[in-house]
Amino acid sequence: MSDFSEILASAIEALGLQKTRTALAALGIVIGITAVIALVSIGQSAKMAVENQIATLGSNLLTISPSLQSSAGVRSANAATTLTNEDGTAIQTSATINTISQVSPEVSRRGQVTTGSKNTNTQIVGATSTYPSVHNINLSTGTFISQNDVNSQTKVAVIGPQVVSDLFGTNTNVVGQTIRINRIAFRVVGVTASKGGTGFQNQDDMIYVPLTTAQKSLFGINYLTAISLEAKSKDQIVVAQDQVGYFLLARHKIANPAQADFTIISQNDVAGAASSVTTTLTTLLAGIAAISLLVGGIGIMNIMFVTVTERTREIGLRKALGAESKVIILQFLTEATVLTLVGGLIGMVVGVVLSYIVDYFMKLPFTISLSSVFLAIGVSAVIGIVFGWYPAQRASKLSPIEALRYE
Amino acid sequence: MIQLTNISKIYTTGDVETIALEKIDLEITDGEFVAIVGPSGSGKSTLMHILGLLDKPTTGNYKLDSKEVSDLSENELARVRNQKIGFVFQSFNLLARTSALKNVMLPMMYGGVPKIERPMKAQKLLEMVDLGDRLEHTPAQLSGGQQQRVAIARSLANDPAMILADEPTGNLATHQSEEIMQIFTKLNEEGKTIVMITHEPTVAAFAHRVITIKDGNIVSDQKN
Repeated sequence: MSDFSEILASAIEALGLQKTRTALAALGIVIGITAVIALVSIGQSAKMAVENQIATLGSNLLTISPSLQSSAGVRSANAATTLTNEDGTAIQTSATINTISQVSPEVSRRGQVTTGSKNTNTQIVGATSTYPSVHNINLSTGTFISQNDVNSQTKVAVIGPQVVSDLFGTNTNVVGQTIRINRIAFRVVGVTASKGGTGFQNQDDMIYVPLTTAQKSLFGINYLTAISLEAKSKDQIVVAQDQVGYFLLARHKIANPAQADFTIISQNDVAGAASSVTTTLTTLLAGIAAISLLVGGIGIMNIMFVTVTERTREIGLRKALGAESKVIILQFLTEATVLTLVGGLIGMVVGVVLSYIVDYFMKLPFTISLSSVFLAIGVSAVIGIVFGWYPAQRASKLSPIEALRYE
Repeated sequence: MIQLTNISKIYTTGDVETIALEKIDLEITDGEFVAIVGPSGSGKSTLMHILGLLDKPTTGNYKLDSKEVSDLSENELARVRNQKIGFVFQSFNLLARTSALKNVMLPMMYGGVPKIERPMKAQKLLEMVDLGDRLEHTPAQLSGGQQQRVAIARSLANDPAMILADEPTGNLATHQSEEIMQIFTKLNEEGKTIVMITHEPTVAAFAHRVITIKDGNIVSDQKN
């Protein structure tokens, strides 16, 4: 029995003789590997989905929100009305701020929208002509709100695709139609392109109207609920945050930055927070995967140990008939390797397919982590081979007669 | 040709020593047909295992074909077993779910017989024990007597000079025992040395020499 092809052939034959035993052993390996690959890749898909979502909010985006001024630990009870149209204009025209390319003053509130018999409650955004480029909004039809609309407080609206389907159903020819926002008639001039967003700030479920119209006619206010800024580049976001912050503090005559009546959040902050959430999620899934691997590993260990130990008599017989110990060890090692390899490949395919199916139905981007594949297969292979080898090695050390008598 | 000199086998379990064989001297020449008989626990199985190089004596010398074998390594012993000794066990010890042909080919594989020669040789051996029509049957598809005949064919795989049979008829009905003993008789007539353990007088009667063992000693050794 000198050549390896013969050992390989007899290993495969031996595995084929005990189909149930082989299938059970392989199943343990398959489950361990499938669990690890699927869980890790689904976690990573979720993380990628969140990151993509944040990227759609706008590139190099900074958002100034008004906040209640607190002095000596006492917060004013008034609503946050500290951000004004003039603040926006001042940032735009400031000579000291050289890192900002676009300024978008905004007001936003929820409102009731009706058309004919249908109605919906959605986010109403008062915007200027700079809004689309700051927020990465594209139009599928029509035009966005112009500077002219803002100047003359026209009653025009640009609506999101979700609003279109809520109000008009399948009729997509909506430009020129009239909708009523808080009972005031607006003419639809454009529809934004879908960004496929979901969740609390779904950009597909918004209505944009001229800033001045929103402030005067819809909400009856003279302040802003946010100013969105676009930094000139990603590297300048931090500098921009500082420049705008100090500029506004000076403008609002506040000496202590801790008492600022506004906050500036960059997209980096949002992305950082979201990313730490998804990292926690991925870690959690990896933990579950590690436990699956452990359980799978113990399963592999048990079945290999039991099946090989069960064959002690066979090992005794083979020795009696003239097999050297190393030939027997090689045979069992080959069996264990073939088994873990086949189980590993099946587990890999099942794991990848399973992640694909889950990602498909949960609308997540499909991604596979190669390191998880290698880890899962590596660990299972080591366990399978070690626990296939060890009892065989032990049995081959017995004298043939001890092994033959083994019960 | 077997020469045992002063062979002892002592099993130690904790502090208790059990003497299985006590200073045995025994010579078996080529072509003999020997039955080793004795009550259970007499040490006859131990003697058989030592003769078959399946177990090592505690002390004493064992010359097989004038060559000392008591100090050979495990691997060397495996080779000697493979080439010079054929085993027939009480419980047949065939590989389960494996055809008669493949069972017979097993020692050939370990003996380095070229792959293409094995099926022919194995088939001839099975035909010799009258199983030419059962080549592809697995042990489960064969009767006890047929299984033992496969085992005999396997013991002849590498054409050894000696066949060691440990209670070969112990698990068989009377008429099957008869068949097995006739095969042994025939093999002996063809020149094989047969050493057989049994406790059945009717089976021992087929041998030409009967050695009786009791309490680890040979108490009688007589021609039949």
